[in-house]
Amino acid sequence: MADALTIGLTVNGRGVEVEIDPRRSLLDLLRENLGLTGTKKGCDHGQCGACTVHVDGERRLSCLQFAAQMGGRSVTTIEGVTGDNGELHPLQKAFVQHDALQCGFCTPGQIMSALALLKEGCPTDAAGVRELMSGNICRCGAYENIVKAVQEVADGLR
Amino acid sequence: MASVEWVRPESVETALAALADRVGQAVAGGTTLLDLLKMGHRLPERFVDISRLPLDQIVETPGSFTVGALVSNTALANHAVVRTAFPVISEAILSGASQQIRNAATIGGNIMQVVRCPYFRSTDWPCNLRSPGSGCEAMRAPLHSHAILGTTADCIAVHPSDMAVALLALDAIVHMRTAVAAWMIPLSEFYLEPGRGGEARTALPRDALVTAIEIPRPVSAIRSGYLKLRGRASYEFATASVAAVLLYRNERVEAISVGLGGVATRPWRRQDAERLLVGRKLDEGSIDRFCDALLDDADVRPETGHKLALARGAVHRILRSLAAL
Repeated sequence: MADALTIGLTVNGRGVEVEIDPRRSLLDLLRENLGLTGTKKGCDHGQCGACTVHVDGERRLSCLQFAAQMGGRSVTTIEGVTGDNGELHPLQKAFVQHDALQCGFCTPGQIMSALALLKEGCPTDAAGVRELMSGNICRCGAYENIVKAVQEVADGLR
Repeated sequence: MASVEWVRPESVETALAALADRVGQAVAGGTTLLDLLKMGHRLPERFVDISRLPLDQIVETPGSFTVGALVSNTALANHAVVRTAFPVISEAILSGASQQIRNAATIGGNIMQVVRCPYFRSTDWPCNLRSPGSGCEAMRAPLHSHAILGTTADCIAVHPSDMAVALLALDAIVHMRTAVAAWMIPLSEFYLEPGRGGEARTALPRDALVTAIEIPRPVSAIRSGYLKLRGRASYEFATASVAAVLLYRNERVEAISVGLGGVATRPWRRQDAERLLVGRKLDEGSIDRFCDALLDDADVRPETGHKLALARGAVHRILRSLAAL
């Protein structure tokens, strides 16, 4: 066992201190150390986007981030998106309304990626949305409805 | 099991001190390093987390544009001056990876990124880069993704960066530092031919950091662009790509530089070929002759022959587009 190290970070607004293996990914920190299993492990090699979270407000792939570099950072996962009363975020509601998922495995990553896209400035055309969501693969092929859900929420913010 | 130490310096000086014994590995975004670790690649003795160093500034002067090594790919691509004065950089960066990866990636890490050859990534195969002297499986079983330019008997893996191709076409300069020295070299001299210097593919010593990339200011009226051909519409490495910088006036080429990506073991450029076009009109024939010179020592295999045609077509298309033909 490699020597453990201790880091402090903020996850979904709450300060946590965790002891981690120096080789651990942020994804494994979230799922294994903190039990936050909403963030999914798809490929674990940065190809699918299922593990997308926000680090200091930016979308990142948690499978390609060293946990050891996360000291002092603020991480938001899908568990931090829903309101305290359990009410879904408007983007989550739009995914439900547009049937933007089938198996649902990629959905937390799609939501986290699209939430960041809304902040970055979402393109008005579907092709632009597709390009900036291309890091999130949906093997069920729900892309049409994912784009519709994202566009509906983006239009509402304009 | 192997152990690795993390040090998290706050200053460039302490980071360089932690790299001075040449057994440390600097980590900025860390995306490729962590990925390769999971693939079973060897751990360094020490990771030096450079992500908090104050190297994330962009400094503009009348003559140059200097980008700190820790500026993220996203920040550089979206910078107002880059979008207007150097669109080739924005286009190259935004054609690569995904937004999540571009947010984590830094420009220093991008120019240092390692090849994506499957025989290198998987530890199941011999590979001269991963394990010097062990051989090259790609020589026995080349793939459609392998290089046709800059190949040696040691390696035919493609350099994967889009951004470095754009920087090469812009005559970028790499600034480096160790604990005792600071110096700079043109990006065109930064990448080494495979085989030379064992594992080293760049001119960056193991105890040094890239601190910045400097881009000389092009004259106004110069146009630039990046065209990337690939097997998917997005989120895919280049099969062949072209970065072009062109000053075309009165139907004559006044200045031109062309970088090729996706086809060579390092970002590729041939200034002798570019000189053939200076003073000439751009048309089917002159661009063809330029392509002949640019690709004249191509090392084509049955698996990689398509890259020759794709590179030629991409050069034709982008030069015609920039010259508004």
